[in-house]
Amino acid sequence: MWKHHQKLERHSLLLVIGILVVVAIGGLVEISPLFYLESTIEKVDGIRPYTPLELEGRDIYVREGCYLCHSQMIRPLRDEVERYGHYSLAAESMYDHPFQWGSKRTGPDLARVGGKYSDGWHIDHLTNPRAVVPESVMPPYAFLAKKELDYRDVADKLRAQRTVRVPYTNAMIANAAKDLEAQADEFSSDGSALKQRYGSKVNQRDFDGNPDQISEMDALIAYLQMLGTTVDFSTYKADAGENLR
Amino acid sequence: MVHNDKDEVTGINTTGHEWDGIRELDNPLPRWWLWIFYACIAFAIGYWVLMPAWPGLHGYTHGLLAKSDRAQVAVDLNALKAQRGLAGAGLVNASLEQIEADPKLQAYALAAGASVFGDNCATCHGAGGGGGKGYPNLRDDVWLWGGTPADIEHTLRVGIRSGHPNARMSQMPAFGRDQIVTPDQVNDLTEYVVALSRRKANTAAVARAAPVFQAQCGVCHGPAGMGNQAVGAPNLTDRDWLYGADRASIHSQIWNARGGVMPTWEKRLDTATIKALAVYVHANAGGK
Repeated sequence: MWKHHQKLERHSLLLVIGILVVVAIGGLVEISPLFYLESTIEKVDGIRPYTPLELEGRDIYVREGCYLCHSQMIRPLRDEVERYGHYSLAAESMYDHPFQWGSKRTGPDLARVGGKYSDGWHIDHLTNPRAVVPESVMPPYAFLAKKELDYRDVADKLRAQRTVRVPYTNAMIANAAKDLEAQADEFSSDGSALKQRYGSKVNQRDFDGNPDQISEMDALIAYLQMLGTTVDFSTYKADAGENLR
Repeated sequence: MVHNDKDEVTGINTTGHEWDGIRELDNPLPRWWLWIFYACIAFAIGYWVLMPAWPGLHGYTHGLLAKSDRAQVAVDLNALKAQRGLAGAGLVNASLEQIEADPKLQAYALAAGASVFGDNCATCHGAGGGGGKGYPNLRDDVWLWGGTPADIEHTLRVGIRSGHPNARMSQMPAFGRDQIVTPDQVNDLTEYVVALSRRKANTAAVARAAPVFQAQCGVCHGPAGMGNQAVGAPNLTDRDWLYGADRASIHSQIWNARGGVMPTWEKRLDTATIKALAVYVHANAGGK
């Protein structure tokens, strides 16, 4: 047997192929069950795709590298649940491409920051974090309020998400820009159509306090204010057998 | 592998490989390393038996211990509740007045309140509750919506302009921006409000503004500007200013009419925690 092993050791191409086969077996055993096992695919009521404005906000979140200091993953550990709320469910990040779980908490976890603070607080905090949290080390993002949101390609962004199986309908894609404008204006007559498409819980208001323009601040705050708010935990049965894993 | 190439210096066999005259000794693996390697394999097998491990076609092996992080965190949280014990449960049944009257319950509520305040409230109202521009000071005796323990508890539960169906709502009109009064009248009203808090103001402007104030502002702030907690209208005659005391801040408030939002905490914090917070905030304020 060892004699044959010598063949592998002395032939680099054979060795590469051999390594690939062994690694692939490990990968298949670990990854492929996630795609077919019922118990790993979590279905939870209330989960919805991002509205166009929230999706733009998420892109700004990614662009500014917020995930480098903020996680979006409340682990099922006592102290985390006590501080941040119910532990994160896999379903809550199923429409995140890429997911924003993060790996480091320089700042606090943001998985359930939606609704925890007012829009006004987010504006003050993003403009100058130390104005409201004296010990903060977060850099200021005041420019977001001045920068007009460029959403010319928002429909394409929805379409791209659909190719990775986020269930955006044709109507959602066709009305992407309209929905985006409607969400940033609480007086918009298109608001009911937006809520019909994305659910009645969608926040519709002028997030950045400046009704004259849709800024990047609008998009980012719209995104932050919906984080972790889609699942109603008063009806979610955390102790049901199928949810314990 | 057949090789009887014995190294002359050490007397150990070589592997038989040779590169440019350099040969390699065929020493056995160190014993300690080998045993740790075997121990790891044995540990892995034990782990498969005890813990969730192998995926199958319709499920996975749960292992003899059937460990689940989600079940464990529920156990841990229940243990925490038990540890907080009777005092924590007592908060749910006792009224706020009873909590304040019972030294044991009150001490517990103050400790719990301080910890929750730091986590949730200090971000806006400041670490000591001192507030800031746009965020009310909770350490003084000035209240927008009432400072009794019951008022504070209600504000905590429903929030202010929070979107909660029973939220405390007040909406000051943007008198300047929405052209309800003329820009000149906004300037005059600014002087009038400055005069209300017993500061030096332009008397001619104050006289011009008096009828405008009665018509536009008196409805909520009262004819004398003393405010009305039922509608969340601040008292304009005191020294406490939410959006700044100077003329520019007052002018801006009459022109744009900012109104802050306090989130609803009903869904985020449980009843006992909200009660503890109400007792804590009440104890730290002027004590109305």
